[in-house]
Amino acid sequence: MDKFEKLTGVAAPMPMINVDTDMIIPKQFLKTIKRSGLGKNLFDEMRFDDEGRERPDFVLNRPQYRNAEILVTGDNFGCGSSREHAPWALLDFGIRCIVAPGFADIFFNNCFKNGILPVVLPQAQVDMLMKDAEKGANARMTVDLDAQTITTSDGEVIGFEVDAFKKHCLLEGLDDIGLTLEKAAAIESFEARAAAERPWV
Amino acid sequence: MSPKTLYDKIWDAHLAHQAEDGTCLLYIDRHLVHEVTSPQAFEGLRMAGRKVHAPDKTIAVPDHNVPTTPGREDPANMTEDSAIQVAALDRNARDFGIHYYPVSDIRQGIVHIVGPEQGWTLPGMTVVCGDSHTATHGAFGALAHGIGTSEVEHVLATQTLIQRKAKNMKVEITGRLAPGVTAKDITLAVIGRTGTAGGTGHVIEYCGEAIRDLSMEGRMTVCNMAIEGGARAGLIAPDEKTFEYVKGRPHAPKGAQWEAALAWWKTLYTDDGAHFDKVVTIAAEDIEPVVTWGTSPEDVLPISARVPGPGDFTGGKVEAAKRSLEYMGLEPGTPLTDIKVDTVFIGSCTNGRIEDLRAVAEVVKGRKIAEGMRAMIVPGSGLVREQAEVEGLAEIFTEAGFEWRLAGCSMCLAMNPDQLAPGERCASTSNRNFEGRQGRGGRTHLMSPAMAAAAAITGRLTDVRELM
Repeated sequence: MDKFEKLTGVAAPMPMINVDTDMIIPKQFLKTIKRSGLGKNLFDEMRFDDEGRERPDFVLNRPQYRNAEILVTGDNFGCGSSREHAPWALLDFGIRCIVAPGFADIFFNNCFKNGILPVVLPQAQVDMLMKDAEKGANARMTVDLDAQTITTSDGEVIGFEVDAFKKHCLLEGLDDIGLTLEKAAAIESFEARAAAERPWV
Repeated sequence: MSPKTLYDKIWDAHLAHQAEDGTCLLYIDRHLVHEVTSPQAFEGLRMAGRKVHAPDKTIAVPDHNVPTTPGREDPANMTEDSAIQVAALDRNARDFGIHYYPVSDIRQGIVHIVGPEQGWTLPGMTVVCGDSHTATHGAFGALAHGIGTSEVEHVLATQTLIQRKAKNMKVEITGRLAPGVTAKDITLAVIGRTGTAGGTGHVIEYCGEAIRDLSMEGRMTVCNMAIEGGARAGLIAPDEKTFEYVKGRPHAPKGAQWEAALAWWKTLYTDDGAHFDKVVTIAAEDIEPVVTWGTSPEDVLPISARVPGPGDFTGGKVEAAKRSLEYMGLEPGTPLTDIKVDTVFIGSCTNGRIEDLRAVAEVVKGRKIAEGMRAMIVPGSGLVREQAEVEGLAEIFTEAGFEWRLAGCSMCLAMNPDQLAPGERCASTSNRNFEGRQGRGGRTHLMSPAMAAAAAITGRLTDVRELM
């Protein structure tokens, strides 16, 4: 997994609530056995018409946002299915940070496993960042994970909270499985205890 | 000792390690696997030279992609990419030595129906699957939730998940349901009340007389849609009905082990005075048969209502409602019962069990589906299908004009050939009405099996009580 330390980039405004994972990556693109290559179908049904032509008014098709690395969006982003194809598609497109008033649980977790930083902020601060993002390509924000701050194009600084363990893993680009296997002894002793207490499992 | 919730008890019994910062390793008793969210995880294991830590606790079945028409054992009858995913699961199951129900096995079906049916799902367990509807297994008093593919790989390699404990939420349904009102109406009514983010960060425990009165099938329907309410998992404390359902299933404990298990299972309830961070109470008498009108599962209304307008909402929901109405092709103020449907889908992990099919048969027996209607019934497993045939339900369905299919996820998410065309409108017993969910441009109204059956007969959204 790529590290996430500090990112300065264009933020795309997507002021919709309940953006679901079927919108982020429709099911016809889940029939892959790879993690890569999903960016071209990110938001497919919103981004392209029935003939596969770009819809010019969709935010990521507008010239100023084609290289966006940050997404500012509405509450409950990523609701719906557990498909990790959703963060894979966002990452493959180039999105490394998503700011919203709230995220669906599974999507939120999936982001951290893929080097994407989801930031939860109160609605008023998201609204402010949304306005900043609406300025277009000149509105570049800086997301600093170590300092836990977002700096707007006007230099305004907003702090955010992040789970300490998840932050550590993102900053270092750590592999969860490797970390857990360091605790193999604890897992084995749990298994021995559970086998005695609940042998039917 | 301070009083504990059911969730607290299961959590404590599975805590393998807790770090100083509060990050926990939760031990996983059952890992269910399907073909869509697992190939990258097995590939990850191969690349790292890792094995499956507990193959005996890992159960795989193809369900999302598989066609539901005869001849599907032949890969030539699947699209190429679907066949590749199913073949990858075949190979991974063989290579890693996990339990497997291939398409040709009568026990094959939707993973969340197969697990309970085979007795893999037991009270007090932790159950995960790379699928958000894993919440279904909570009906047994098991802590069950969906995970992403990276977590699938993590569980395969370590049999644990890195977790932080969620909050406790109680949803109590008091009193008794009126005739014609079902488990699906309960779970949709709850989401209608709390919204799709209402349960975010929580594990919901459903309780109250109306929940206790439900069969295991009904309880699975309720817990299945905990995820649509934003919750990580839904739970119902096990009781005699649970034990009765589990007893004698192929992988349920037997003999002395059954007695030992039963003794522990009977301790799995929320203690008096345990703390809930959030409480929602709904009177069963206030729940009518409901349908969804929009493109979020929270867009729920009683069948007697009219299509709302954007002005009925506030905040971000105003724009969302505008978008939904346009997508759904609906005018505010239209009575819901005036909405015509051209397709009916009965099945899915929400409503693909035998009780659901019995409810449909009760409505359609001796009747015919509306002219021009495409109506399909997709049983949740090969065994549900067999049971329905033994009970004579299949005959009722085909005589009424329904297509009687083989088991799979089918049009719930339309990854197989069962899809809506743009503009088609479906009365569906599935769990999501998102844009494009059942096919690009397709329009979905969620409802109970009895309500979907009624719509199949009349050709429009219908209060099933008129046909009872």
